[in-house]
Parts: sequence; C-alpha cells; structure tokens
Amino acid sequence: MTTTAEPPLARPRGWRLSPEDKPVVFASGFVLLILAAGTAYTLATQGNATLLQPQYLLQQLQVGAFLGIVAAGLMVVILLGHIDLSAPWTLTAAAMMATSIGGPWAIPTGLAVGLAVGLVNGIGVAYLRVPSMIFTLGVNAVMRGLMVAHTGGFAPQTAATEWMQYLAVGRIAAIPVAVLVWAGVSVLVVVLLTRTAFGRAIYAIGNRERAAYLSGINTNGVILAAFAVSGLAAGLAGVLLAGYSTKAYQGMGDVYLLPAIAAVVIGGTHILGGRGRYLGTLVGVILIVLLNSVLSIMQMPEAGRQVIYGAVIIGMLLVYGRGGKVTG
Amino acid sequence: MADAVAAPAARPGRRAGANWGLRIRQRLDLLAAVALFAALYLVYQLNHPKGFTSQIFIQNANEAFALALVAMAQTVPVLMAGLDLSVGAIMTLVGCIASHIVSGGPADIALGLVVCVLAGAACGFANGCVVVYGRIQPIIATLATGAIYIGMALFLRPTPGGKVDEDLSWAMASDIGEAAATFGFEEAFETTWLRPIAVLPVPLVLLALIVLLVWIPFNRTITGRTVYAIGSSEGAAYMSGLPLDRAKLAAFTVAGLFAGLGGLFLALQTSSGNADLPQAGAYTLNSIAAVVIGGTSLLGGSGSVVGSIVGAFVLRTISFNFRIFDVDPLLQPLFEGLVLLVAVSLSGLSMLRLSNRLEVFR
Repeated sequence: MTTTAEPPLARPRGWRLSPEDKPVVFASGFVLLILAAGTAYTLATQGNATLLQPQYLLQQLQVGAFLGIVAAGLMVVILLGHIDLSAPWTLTAAAMMATSIGGPWAIPTGLAVGLAVGLVNGIGVAYLRVPSMIFTLGVNAVMRGLMVAHTGGFAPQTAATEWMQYLAVGRIAAIPVAVLVWAGVSVLVVVLLTRTAFGRAIYAIGNRERAAYLSGINTNGVILAAFAVSGLAAGLAGVLLAGYSTKAYQGMGDVYLLPAIAAVVIGGTHILGGRGRYLGTLVGVILIVLLNSVLSIMQMPEAGRQVIYGAVIIGMLLVYGRGGKVTG
Repeated sequence: MADAVAAPAARPGRRAGANWGLRIRQRLDLLAAVALFAALYLVYQLNHPKGFTSQIFIQNANEAFALALVAMAQTVPVLMAGLDLSVGAIMTLVGCIASHIVSGGPADIALGLVVCVLAGAACGFANGCVVVYGRIQPIIATLATGAIYIGMALFLRPTPGGKVDEDLSWAMASDIGEAAATFGFEEAFETTWLRPIAVLPVPLVLLALIVLLVWIPFNRTITGRTVYAIGSSEGAAYMSGLPLDRAKLAAFTVAGLFAGLGGLFLALQTSSGNADLPQAGAYTLNSIAAVVIGGTSLLGGSGSVVGSIVGAFVLRTISFNFRIFDVDPLLQPLFEGLVLLVAVSLSGLSMLRLSNRLEVFR
C-alpha cells in the first residue's frame, strides 16, 4: 500500500514493473486516457473541459462510492477464491428494510440485514461446502423472493431517513460524505487485509486452503467472516443508495454485481483468489465509473456501451491479467 | 467427485454389466435429479385438469426447451471446471439474428438457419480463443464477451420485433405429426408404423437428436474425454500429453453451438427477436442452477449434459406446479430460491461421510 500509482509514461528505461504494480499502473493510465478522450470530446462539441473540473470529479466519486463499497466487500471474498453473487439483493434488501424501519434504527437495520445474509452465505460455503457460486446465487434468489413478498412487487412507499440521505448526498467542506464513507471503508479493508492475521489468512486460503488448514488456520471461521464482511459492505451500499435516491426500489442492486466483479478483476485481483491489492480495486472502480460517465456524455447507445465495456475488460486483462499456460 | 472418469479403469478385468453397482454410485446425483423431476412432474400432471394429454406435453416441452439447451451449453465449460457467463448472451444474440434472416423462401430459411447455428458456434469459438490464447480465466473472459454479444444483439434489435417463418415456427412448437403436416408429409403418418411417434413433441425429439448427434460423438472423441480430464486435473491432463488447447476451444465452441440453438428456438417460438438483458442474465444464472441440480460438479470432471437437461426440466416443472397450485405469484421467486438452496445444501450432507477432514478441500 506504500506505492502510489504513476502514469506509465514516467517509467524510466530498463526498470521493470513488478506484477503486483502492473494492474494499478495500467489501470491508472487508462483512467487518464478516458479523461483525455472525454475532455477532447467536450472541447470539440461544447468548447469546455467539464471533465477536468473538481465538481465533476467529486460527483463521479460520489456516484462511484456505491460501486466502490460493493467491490470492496466482494474483493475480500474473491481473494478467498470464492464469489458472492448475492450482492444485488442483499443491497436491495438492506435498503428496503432500512427505509421501512425508519427512524434512528434505519441504518443499523440495513447493516444488520447485510451482515445476516453474509453469515448465511458463509455458513453455506464454509460449513456445508456448497460451491459459493451456486449458494450465493440461491441466497440472492431467496432475498429477491422475500423482498418481492414484503413489498408486493412494487417500490416501497417508505422514504430514506435524513441520516441516510446525509450519508449519501451531504457534503463536508465541499467533499461528499459518501466519498468519505467510501474512504473509511477503504481504509478498513486495507488494514484488514494487510495488517491483521485475518487478512493474511484470507490470502493463504485463496492460495491453497488445504495448506492454510494444516498451518492451523481456522479456515471455516475465516471464510464465514469474509462473507460477513462482503454482506456488510453490500448492506452499507444499500443504505447509502437508498439515501441517494431517497427511497428503495426493486432491482436497485442489479446493476452493481457485474461491474463490481469487473472492477475487482481489472484491479489485478486474481479471480481464483490469493492475489490482489485493494489499491487495484479502487482504481478499477474509478475506471468503470469514469468510463460509464464519459460514454454517457458522448451519448453512446446501450449497444455500443456494452461492446466497449466488454472490450475494455478483455483488453485490460490481455495486458496484465494473463494466467499461466496450464493451471492446477 | 473427480474420480468419475478414472474409476472404471480401476477394474480392468470386469466388463460393463458386472459393475452396475459402481455405475449407479457414480450417477447417484443424476438419479436423484431424475427422481425429483419424475415426482414433481407426476404431481403436476395428476393435478392438471387436462393432465396426460399431448397438448400439455407439447406446451411443457416448448417452455423447457430453450433452458435445457442453455443448460447443456453451460455444462461443457463446467466439466472443465470453468464457467460460461455468456450463454444467455449468445442465446439472445442468435435469437436476434434469427429474427432478421429466418424468413422468405425455403432456400432463404435454410440459409438463415445455417447462419444462426454457425453464429452461435462462432461466438463460442471466440470465447474459446480468449480463454486459450488470451489465457484469461473463463468466468471473467465470458463475462466480458457476454457484454459484447449483448451489445451486438442490442445493435441488431434495439426494440423487440422482427419475424420468422410462421410455418417453421408452428412446426417447431407442436408434435411430430403436426410438424410433418405443416410441410405436406401428413400421408407418411396416416398408415405407416411412424404413427406412434407422431404424438411426440418436436422440441423433445430435437433435444434427443442434439444429444445423439452432437454430444455423444463429441464425448467419445479424445477431445471430449480431454474436457473431463481438464476438469479432474488440468496439470495431470497436460502431463499426459492431452490436447488441452484443442479441447478448450472445442468445449466453448460446442457450448456456443448449444446456446445458439436455444436462441434460435426461442426466436422461432416467439416469432420475434428481443435483446432482453434481464432475460439473458436469468437464463445464464438458471443454467448454472440446472447444471448443479443435474449432478454436474462445479469443480469439474464429472457430470453430463443429460443431467443438465433433467436439471432444466426440474426448474421448469417447479414453475409449472406454481401455476397449478395457484401459488401467489409474489411468493414464487421465494420458493424457487428456497428449492435451489435446499437442493444444493443437500450435497453438504456428504460432508458427514468424510473420513479424512483434508478431503474437504479440493
């Protein structure tokens, strides 16, 4: 976490990037490229450089906070070599329960929902040994079912509390509170991953669970806790998102799962676990948010967006995400 | 789990028939899925006012066909311990292509069908190239290519519409006799021995033909066996000199072919093309569920597309039963999720049988 991202141009000859830094450097370079392309477009069409104004960038970070928090939780699980497909409806359920409880208990309720779903996921994956891909998929379906039954299939009429709205859209000295929350989550995750035994255990399990178990790590407990972190992050994102849009609605989390996975992977985290740094995930989230924003400024139709989106993921991974010739 | 391929070789002296017990133990997951399907479907038919009529069989077959094919498509990468998140997208893309070109004269229609089938296979082949030559993990590679295919589908069909040949559409969604009559062969069924099969739904017959003509031959080749070997242990397969790259390319191509056929049928059935993102996502996720219910291990190396077909039928039969028992539509997603969770959690019971705790980890 001590190195900072530098643009690739500044790299002196003969100095080779370590595989750890490569994703961060290239993704940062691509972020600058997106900003440059977007600025060139706005200069040509509107005659101003909107994209380089601090307000625009802060606004993008504010919008990116929801994705960033989901991605932070997801990364912890992906580092284990697992995946959490229940994030969309964990997020939605947290948002819906928070708004329907309301009052001072709204935010704790949302977080508790996230934590509870995470624990259920963890029990299924760690103790029942069901592959996480299918178990979290099932939990996602159950949460969807519960929420549809709870709301009758409509957007709930209840509104987000003032505190939730403050966390999402409030500002402290021009900086959106959501960005500060995201920063807080980021610091927590970095400390968790790099400064605690729990973090080391996550990397160890991601590399080889059998070896981690033989080293005396309580692997089931670590997996359970990691899924709890992921659920909690999704719950927090749900609370924030409900505050941002002043209410909860059906399917509000659906658009966050695949971008979050993409952000984690673009950031250099190995999808099979064991390798990856949080800084990469952070840059990956910023990359995806800016790409989306610039494409909508360019009024790109949905068809083109999807194609560019897929091409960027493949392109970035071809540069630095290539695996060995034979795995396993 | 992963020893399903290697186990028969351990008893060289004994021929098939002698080791039925072993075979049954290996296919226990599949048998459980078949039993579950049979029970659910029997309940459905017994409670349906028009139960056990060919009309109901045809209707059910039509509704299950596309998911069965997409589940078959998903099975092939899963056997390699990979995952294909683009099967729903390929299905949607091929459906949108079909809504443009499967109409006109007989020659146009035939050409259109061939192009659709090839398009599906080409999408799968592209997936395979990204995985093999790009060396990107299948789940991420297909997440990205899936976005690209959906983008192309949206480009072809920004709004739902288009049309396909109505005769073909009708023939595909009825029984064999009706299909033959649509194309002027009704005499063939009037007098001959073909009469008994005239009541079979066309989708089921097509499904059987696809398994017999595509999957079983593929499964028997070295390439097909290599797919299983990669799923069991890629390192060991490499050390044995098996053609890994060829098998991966072939597996994704076959997956694309199956998914494309599913899309083609969906377009024929609905007589239109629709680049529906949520639908594509739902099919992809349901295909994973169907594969697991059908007894294929997500860790790779054991299972079959036949199991996935049964898995797809189970999923569809659950929703058929909802209709019969008039379950509140609002509660249906909840029940679907619970059934899936309970089904997969039952496999956790095998944890109790382990003698060595280390076997828990792969």
